[in-house]
Amino acid sequence: MHIGIKGLAAVSIAFWALPATAEQNIEAGAEAFRKCSACHMVGEDAANRSGPVLNGILGRPLAARQDYPYYSDAMQRAAAGGLVWDIEHLELFIENPKSLISGTTMMFGGISDPEERGHLIAFLGQFSDGMADIPEVLPARDPVVSPEILAIEGDPAYGEYLSGECVICHQLDGSNDGIPAIVGWLPEDFVIALHAYKSGYRTNEVMVMTAQGLSDEEIAALAAYFETLGETFE
Amino acid sequence: MKLDRRGFIGAGVATAATLSAPMVLAGGHKPNVVVIGGGAGGATAARYIAKDSEGAINVTLIEPTRTYYTCFFSNLYIGGFRDFASIGHTYGTLAAEYDINVVHDWAIGVDRDAKTVTLAGGAMVPYDALIISPGIDFVEGAVPGWSVETQNAMPHAYKAGSQTQLLKAQIESMPQGGTFAMVAPPNPFRCPPGPYERVSMVASLLQGSNPTAKILIVDPKEKFSKQSLFEEAWSKHYSGMIERVGPDFGGANVEVRPDAMEVVIDGEVEKVDVCNVIPAQKAGLIAEIAGVTEGNWAPVTAQEMRSKIDENIYVLGDASQQGDMPKSGFSANSQAKVCAMAVRAALTGSAAFPARFSNTCWSLLAADDGVKVGAQYEATPEKIARTSGFISNTGEDDALRAQTYQESVGWYEGITTDMFG
Repeated sequence: MHIGIKGLAAVSIAFWALPATAEQNIEAGAEAFRKCSACHMVGEDAANRSGPVLNGILGRPLAARQDYPYYSDAMQRAAAGGLVWDIEHLELFIENPKSLISGTTMMFGGISDPEERGHLIAFLGQFSDGMADIPEVLPARDPVVSPEILAIEGDPAYGEYLSGECVICHQLDGSNDGIPAIVGWLPEDFVIALHAYKSGYRTNEVMVMTAQGLSDEEIAALAAYFETLGETFE
Repeated sequence: MKLDRRGFIGAGVATAATLSAPMVLAGGHKPNVVVIGGGAGGATAARYIAKDSEGAINVTLIEPTRTYYTCFFSNLYIGGFRDFASIGHTYGTLAAEYDINVVHDWAIGVDRDAKTVTLAGGAMVPYDALIISPGIDFVEGAVPGWSVETQNAMPHAYKAGSQTQLLKAQIESMPQGGTFAMVAPPNPFRCPPGPYERVSMVASLLQGSNPTAKILIVDPKEKFSKQSLFEEAWSKHYSGMIERVGPDFGGANVEVRPDAMEVVIDGEVEKVDVCNVIPAQKAGLIAEIAGVTEGNWAPVTAQEMRSKIDENIYVLGDASQQGDMPKSGFSANSQAKVCAMAVRAALTGSAAFPARFSNTCWSLLAADDGVKVGAQYEATPEKIARTSGFISNTGEDDALRAQTYQESVGWYEGITTDMFG
């Protein structure tokens, strides 16, 4: 918690000249950062905890801190795929970590209020060179998955047929070498992940192509089918 | 765990089947599906039909070899990135866990009126539906001077197995500074990036043991798959080692002399140390014997992979003429699932969903330098038609290329599990 206070001190010294709204955003962001500070530090004396130091996060490739050894396989995969913590991806990750990184070990439920996400990014921006580019209000975007899409009930029998396209690469025994495991996910996480590929937030070409070839109903069907496998595995 | 899962899936399928008045069961016998060829098309189709019909269909799989070596990743064996055993697979799981009647014999005849398959051992196997997935054979006389009788002097290594081992052994015993030649095939052929991945793997192997050796590709085609990616990699990793003679310089006018180890390109005689001849290709012979080919390939419907010549026969993979999909293991596996569903629907009245097809081909250029190309397809009344696709970019960074290679290794495990259980 004292880290947050240090952060605040730095903010008030460095950015006294900014317009009031920006300063207010940053102060609100410091408050929001309390949700992160159990695991992450930021600021001059920050050190890695169970999560990496967030200094310089904006504009940095994923999983890039050499002194942090605990990046998940999933995070490292996304990093090799070329993802960078630009505002768009950081904001998406803060909203729901699993929309961007299905196997992330960051146990965080996300921040659903877009304004609060904007404040948090403004706050983190103080410790990143990319700060000047942060808009005072983040541009509005469509949700990765609308409530209507999440509410679609999939047909598991159709999902089983469609899964033929998945299991040529992904193994049902949960093997995670080279190709990530996709069994044992919550249906909602499954749907969100495929839609994040479909809308291009995630970059693996095979998955972007596959997801773009699936309708909302087909994605729901797959999620429903893979859920049945999860039950059998437990 | 596997049995639990199968039990669960099977229960759903059995219900659907009893509700929708199975055609052949009503006729008084349990339907027989015979699959010729135990590769990416045939093994997958046999496994999916057996798995999803839960005993409602007898499945017989006819495959001459007891250990099947996959053509995909056989180049990686040549390059030293896989051992030979790692690309070999047996049929024990398909027999024991899926109750597939696996018969190790050659299919040598098909009587389409009696609906029987004749085996080299003399047996006659009756079918209600026949799936032919024999892969490729070579067009006789395609490369003057070469024939299957000379394949040990100049290996094709384009059906994986002893030919692949032979080619690797020949490369390893080349004299220092010697020449490896490849006669590349004209379109269409199995695995469009295959010859060029092979060149990359041969170069990688030679770079370690024989760095002054040369590689000569004699190619009848103007262009080839992933060309810019391969050419970038060849100049980056194997600078000065690889030369390709295209049709402009006589690459389409080639003759080989296996006894003298000579390749004659547009009248010019080249003395070589190893010569890998990959001739023009056609559907595996049994498709021709069954009379379901037109020209070199077997035309099929896009919706079901059903022969356009005989409605009781389906043709999968390399042997089929289906439209836009490349001849690849991934394609054959994808087609097999559509076919398996169509066959079950025809024989037991189970649910049939719209056909879906996809393909991705990974190629290894050098250690930890992998690339890929992929596409999706839909069934139209005329053909399987490409709808979208992607290809790796030139100039990608090392981390992405290493990941793409790792992805291909994961895919290999995935597809072979999907084929062999």
